[in-house]
Amino acid sequence: MATARAEVLDSAAQPMTETPVRATATTPVCLAVESLDAYFGATRVVRGVSFGVQTGQVTAIIGPSGCGKSTLLRCLNRMHETIPGARVEGEVRFDGRDIYDPAVSAIGVRRHIGMVFQRPTPFPTMSIRDNVAAGLKILPRDQRPSKRETDDIVEHALRRTALWDEVHDRLNASAVALSGGQQQRLCIARALATSPTVLLLDEPTASLDPLSTQRIEELVYELRSEVTIIIVTHNMQQAARISDRTAFMLAGELVEYAPTNAMFTAPRDPRTEAYVTGRFG
Amino acid sequence: MGDRAYRWITTGFALVIPVLLGLIAISVFSAGWPALHKFGLGFFTSSDWDPVNEKFGAAPAIFGTIVSSAIALIIATPLAIGVAVFLSEFAPRWVRQPIAFLVDLLAAIPSVVYGLWGILVLVPFLRTYVMPFFKETLHLGDTPLFAGAAYGPSMLAAGSILAIMVLPFISAVTREVLLAVPRSQREAALALGATRWEMIWDAVLPYARSGIIGGVILGLGRALGETMAVTMVIGNRHEISASLFAPGYTMASQIANEFSEATTDLHVSSLMAVGAGLFVITVIVNVIARWLVWRMGRNQVA
Amino acid sequence: MLATSTARTLARRRVKSFIMIALTYVAALIATLPLLLILWHLAAQGASSVNWNFFTKMPAPAGEAGGGMANAIVGTGMLVLIASAIGLPIGVGAGLFLAEQRGAKLATAIRFLSDVLNGLPSIVMGIFAWQLLVRPFKHFSALAGGIALGAMMIPLVTRTTEEMIRLVPVSMREAALALGYTKWRTSLSVVLRTALPGIVTGALVAVARIAGETAPLIFTALGNQFWSVSPTQPIAALPMQIYTYALAPYDDWHAQAWAGALVLIGLVLIISLIARYVTRSRFGLGGD
Repeated sequence: MATARAEVLDSAAQPMTETPVRATATTPVCLAVESLDAYFGATRVVRGVSFGVQTGQVTAIIGPSGCGKSTLLRCLNRMHETIPGARVEGEVRFDGRDIYDPAVSAIGVRRHIGMVFQRPTPFPTMSIRDNVAAGLKILPRDQRPSKRETDDIVEHALRRTALWDEVHDRLNASAVALSGGQQQRLCIARALATSPTVLLLDEPTASLDPLSTQRIEELVYELRSEVTIIIVTHNMQQAARISDRTAFMLAGELVEYAPTNAMFTAPRDPRTEAYVTGRFG
Repeated sequence: MGDRAYRWITTGFALVIPVLLGLIAISVFSAGWPALHKFGLGFFTSSDWDPVNEKFGAAPAIFGTIVSSAIALIIATPLAIGVAVFLSEFAPRWVRQPIAFLVDLLAAIPSVVYGLWGILVLVPFLRTYVMPFFKETLHLGDTPLFAGAAYGPSMLAAGSILAIMVLPFISAVTREVLLAVPRSQREAALALGATRWEMIWDAVLPYARSGIIGGVILGLGRALGETMAVTMVIGNRHEISASLFAPGYTMASQIANEFSEATTDLHVSSLMAVGAGLFVITVIVNVIARWLVWRMGRNQVA
Repeated sequence: MLATSTARTLARRRVKSFIMIALTYVAALIATLPLLLILWHLAAQGASSVNWNFFTKMPAPAGEAGGGMANAIVGTGMLVLIASAIGLPIGVGAGLFLAEQRGAKLATAIRFLSDVLNGLPSIVMGIFAWQLLVRPFKHFSALAGGIALGAMMIPLVTRTTEEMIRLVPVSMREAALALGYTKWRTSLSVVLRTALPGIVTGALVAVARIAGETAPLIFTALGNQFWSVSPTQPIAALPMQIYTYALAPYDDWHAQAWAGALVLIGLVLIISLIARYVTRSRFGLGGD
């Protein structure tokens, strides 16, 4: 974590305008999912899913409601198991290790694989600053940044989410006073502050207006250079606009996983074609 | 690690509740044991209360507890349901909040303040106006229910003050269960051509019935165990009388009133045995009430 | 023919509906009347004796006018402190347990027993504390009184804590977990903190309720005509003092009892109003 923080501070020094290098199919795999099953009680909602997420790319997961795409996403940072009666089988390899290995702690996994939810979830009792710093405060003492470092990280995270100009003069105000779109960008800033390797976005624009949605999409596009992003969306146009690769899920199964362009122009599976051409869903 | 410790600690705090309840049961029964042992179950049916000759029985206190609570419920139940219906169905918006606040405040007034008001205001009022009204104006002075001298401190006074005290409890529960009645029930009644009152009487109240009964029984639990206010207005006499104007005892008021005067161990133990009886009765009443309210909650889901 | 008869019954049903609805208005009026009467009497009879002396002087001997309830006011404060020190942590901890183990059998059982405990008469609490804490040590004490009152607080605080924590959306808990918070940290520094205004409100209501309790004190704190703040000695309390004075045959003492009741009600009202303010002033969640 100490080195990761150093990177954050380094990248803070770099100009934001640097052109991101568009990753190609040859980039290394960051998360490898191997025959993953997820259950709620006896119901299997994710069925034998395997795929690899590539570093520095935006991967979209699409599919009709109830197809298990959110559950799949929640399996990637061990959030699924926080629901009573939920369990997971199979492997998710991250950084060379299975995150479901008994020796691996869920807490550690979540610090490296951040998540933002459908509805904005600012902590209502914390100020804007404290919200962004929320993930830093809980680090072990030797890894916890000093007050000044924290301020720098908060500022940088807010700048990266284009929120700094809007809130820098009221960092101590309640986060609840922000608009829905601002709250969601705050949540992204909060997830970025701990400099995760992967960021999971679970329909992050589902509760937002079109303008706020556009800002989040731009943000996702820009962040790709720094963090691997996996986004679940029910909006196919959104997937087409911002992702490099797309996974299409149906009834718990992964039907097709391909570069986004190929998926939307020449789907291989007839079910994918039916979905992307709007024949169901 | 921390998670496990946290879980153990909160579980530990939660387990205090059953342990406490167990300790209460044990201490109340062990305090009353000498008397229960000596008099057996006859303790609860005997009317003796003779500290000099060490003969004790709880029947008059049990009788008084039942009668005063019954008076309280007879007065409070229709009023409380009326208030709850008013607040949940008919009240204009601007009076709903203040009235609900005032009724809730009734529940916040300490028992001893009710007692003070009862003995210095309510009892003189009953003695000068209400009791003569029954005796002279209605000529009921010869019927057993209104017989005897009208001193003031009486079963009637205890029942009246208890009615005021349990009203907010009954109306709070009733209001809650009325709010839990689905809109569809009301709309179905209205769509059949019911008037607004018929909608309440034929659709809403029957639907909420078991919850309301639960609320009334919860109020009964309060009335049975209420101590200070009753002790101050009931007159404290160990006697069974049919007259509402006669002084009497309740279980709680007998314990509170005699505890400081009791000199022999058996006298103290007899008071504690009355307490044990009160404990058993209130636990049973509360279990029934909770069960009814809980069942209402389940029906509403189905 | 048919039309006129239905019209007539309809008219009658309308009148009945109107009368019954009017009766509920009357019920509301009757129900609030005693409260207004009590408050009026308290103000009329008690206000003249509530003065500086009342808060600073010791009780006057029988037959002498004046005097105050300084020792009883401080004593009630002591009792409330001891009770809160016991009732708050246990109640909040148990409430956390009930909210987080929602479906578990143990939680259902404890929730039920907590309701039963809440329904026990306060005098039974007094007997319990007397048997366990007074009798073995052969003397009455403030500590025993505080413990009896604290035991009464536990179910009240447990219930509000559970209710307030349930109002915190699951998404808040998930957001914290996703940031790498441990479960205990999520519960304490995010969920409990979010629910805090509501819990404070509930705690204040519980304090207001036990501050006016008298019955348990007869068996434990006993009351004290003299100045004492020692937890191991009998201690005076406002409600005890009101009880003693109300039953005495002296007009001076009645005046003091009214004044004491006015102060006690004032205390309860102030706490209730603070409770409402706490609920309203914080953003997001609360008791509403």
